[in-house]
Amino acid sequence: MMNSNDTTGRLAAQSSLRSDEEIVRLRQIVRDAAIAQGFSLIEQTKFVTAASELARNTLQHGGGGDARLEVLTRGGRVGLRLTFVDQGPGIADIERALQDGFTSGNGLGLGLGGSRRLCDEFTIESTQGNGTTVTITIWKVR
Amino acid sequence: MERIPILRLGDYLIVTIQVDMHDRLAITLQDDLTERIVKESAKGVLIDISALDVVDSFIGRMISNTAAMAMVLDAQTVVVGMQPSVAITLVELGLTLSGVRTALNIEKGMALLKQRQPR
Repeated sequence: MMNSNDTTGRLAAQSSLRSDEEIVRLRQIVRDAAIAQGFSLIEQTKFVTAASELARNTLQHGGGGDARLEVLTRGGRVGLRLTFVDQGPGIADIERALQDGFTSGNGLGLGLGGSRRLCDEFTIESTQGNGTTVTITIWKVR
Repeated sequence: MERIPILRLGDYLIVTIQVDMHDRLAITLQDDLTERIVKESAKGVLIDISALDVVDSFIGRMISNTAAMAMVLDAQTVVVGMQPSVAITLVELGLTLSGVRTALNIEKGMALLKQRQPR
């Protein structure tokens, strides 16, 4: 029996993240989906920006990977969830990686923490040598 | 290779970014701008981002770097046309774009650049 607070999702899009151009394409896919689901302009922009940060991380730190976009429903609310997966070196110290300014590359170090701030839900799983999976979710304000 | 066009207006360079730039293109723009500032002894650069509905930390850094390089070359930088949702997002992202002045549009941006003209 399904509880009205269960989250159901359906796959809306998938994208490889192995080039700069694919990051741009993902931004467009996410923007289109957010528009189609009726998110406000500011909600769209925050989610697309977070997606861009995480897509770049997947490419530059993860050695390339994939993104999956799902449309969710939970208790009558509509949400969007992006899952980023790579088989790269993984993150040894997640807490440190989440701190603003920490970068293992040449970036500003705002991508992970920033994405968390920009979205309603954020999860990260990563261990050294075992790749990284990050999800971000936004829920439409009723 | 694709490039963002850079226009010259007197002593100033103007760039209007109208495409969703991939990272390499953003870096090329940064390099092109720096090179043109030197080559043309430009006094300032105006970057029009009114068509951008996303500015992430990479583009933000490109803008900051461009402004910093321009300053080293004795030129000012003004960014114009930032969309409100972009501004809100940049603040939450934690990107301050310090050292980069902003204006509402090209006209106001040029006025801002020209204020610094007397040497």
